[in-house]
Amino acid sequence: MMAAVAARELRNGEVVFVGIGLPNLACNLARATHAPRLVLIYESGAVGAVPERLPVSIGDPALVTGSLMVCGMADVFQCMLQNGRIEVGFLGGAQVDRYGNINTTVIGPYARPKVRLPGSGGATEIAIHARRTLIVAKLGPRAFPERVDFVTSPGLRPQGRLRRELRMPGAGPVKVITDKAILEADEATGEIVLAALYPGVSVPDVQAGVGWALTCRSGLAAVAPPTPQELRLLRDVLDPKRLFLKQ
Amino acid sequence: MSDHASKVMPMRDAIARFVHDGDTVVIEGFTHLICFAAGHEIIRQRRRDLTLARLTPDLIYDQMIGAGCARKLVFSWAGNPGVGSLHAFRRAVEAPGTAPLEIEEYSHFGMVARFSAGAARLPFWPLRDYMGTDLPRVNPRIKTVTCPYTGEDLATVPALNPDVTIVHAQRADADGNTQIWGLLGVQREAAFASARVIVVVEELVDEQAIRSDPNRTVIPGMIVDAVVVEPWGAHPSYAQGYYDRDNDFYVAWEDISRSPDRLTRYLDEFVYGVPDRAAYLKKQPHVTRLKAKERVCAGVNYGY
Repeated sequence: MMAAVAARELRNGEVVFVGIGLPNLACNLARATHAPRLVLIYESGAVGAVPERLPVSIGDPALVTGSLMVCGMADVFQCMLQNGRIEVGFLGGAQVDRYGNINTTVIGPYARPKVRLPGSGGATEIAIHARRTLIVAKLGPRAFPERVDFVTSPGLRPQGRLRRELRMPGAGPVKVITDKAILEADEATGEIVLAALYPGVSVPDVQAGVGWALTCRSGLAAVAPPTPQELRLLRDVLDPKRLFLKQ
Repeated sequence: MSDHASKVMPMRDAIARFVHDGDTVVIEGFTHLICFAAGHEIIRQRRRDLTLARLTPDLIYDQMIGAGCARKLVFSWAGNPGVGSLHAFRRAVEAPGTAPLEIEEYSHFGMVARFSAGAARLPFWPLRDYMGTDLPRVNPRIKTVTCPYTGEDLATVPALNPDVTIVHAQRADADGNTQIWGLLGVQREAAFASARVIVVVEELVDEQAIRSDPNRTVIPGMIVDAVVVEPWGAHPSYAQGYYDRDNDFYVAWEDISRSPDRLTRYLDEFVYGVPDRAAYLKKQPHVTRLKAKERVCAGVNYGY
């Protein structure tokens, strides 16, 4: 469901900075359905990748074979990302907060972490530079606290300041795709708010997975379930070994 | 520069000559071409107090941390790619006191920029990054500078100039002219930034093979100190056109690294327990299943 919903957010011909796991599935589903001209860029340097197998990491050799270009990572970050060429960036993380800030660094204090997470990778600069970002994360009170323990990737209002005050080139997280609902950026407040519900999900179901009083848009939209074609592609073609599709 | 023939040497000699206790050591390679053979030899020779720097510490630095080689880690993403955690690293950071490990943390762009500055022999590199994040708060080496042309505040990171950089590659000639294809990572910048460079290759080729396709040369021999020929030297990482990643081992590392005892047993059997890479490979003949299929490109006309 999350992969199908994320895929629908991508438009044909867009340049997408792809992360591994669910974003990778979503991008390849979009490519197989409505967006065959989607350009997939991986931080490892593969540009216009057409992986014949589901890549297990963002450095998978299948991203190289048949791609349009392979460049060094200095080119990826300087000539592609900082240059403003990335239209959509996918982000995920252990914690996402009220303002769309993401933490992939530490749970607890930095000097004495309860859980040490991997850190930024390219996420910090994707969050800053991609023209828009899509956050993909499952709801839960620990995953969606009011404030993240550490801002790895800035959202709509990091450290109490709006993105334009901080002179960030990109628009930040326009949508948060969860397992129950779609949350969206509210430009006026810099908060993420409830915008659309999946079939069979109620507002209290979503609120239960969020650590602050969630604002609801007036007139919540209903998210269409995955089509038979989307399900067939995901299950039989893109991830037949269920590497990422756990449910 | 020493004469050409003397650059080609066994791994044991290259590590003994060029990697010293207390050095800043970079074994680069983004998922692709990570030189486990060199990391294992550094563990075997029991180097200590190393500052290990790399974008993604990966399993090789987890093994070196577990083996007690590292005093400090400089990095931007410390996970087991596509699998989970690096548990030796996590133990050292989450429970300091048992095995203290200093960390200095950036994002990928920050690390790439550090190597770019190092390669250009500049003191720092500017980048539009880090605004609104907590990284500069925990890493005071991330600073800002005001652009003298536009007045814009830009983030800066300091140059990273390693004592030694080790790069795995598909092929090189005896002088160290090194060709890489597939993912290039930040190897070129890391090599140029370094005081010493060790190149480890799947195949040693004639200078003429290099000259026939000069656009594929990533590292010129003039900056290379040692050339080591070590087929399958990147396993369980991969070498495009030679062998695929041993993903089963990456998955297995989750359990091995979670237990200090199992980690020690792994090192005893596959690192301390073998004299060199050839013996390591002999213990696991199944790796031949990873041999790459053929996808040869047509080549181009360099004539004029």
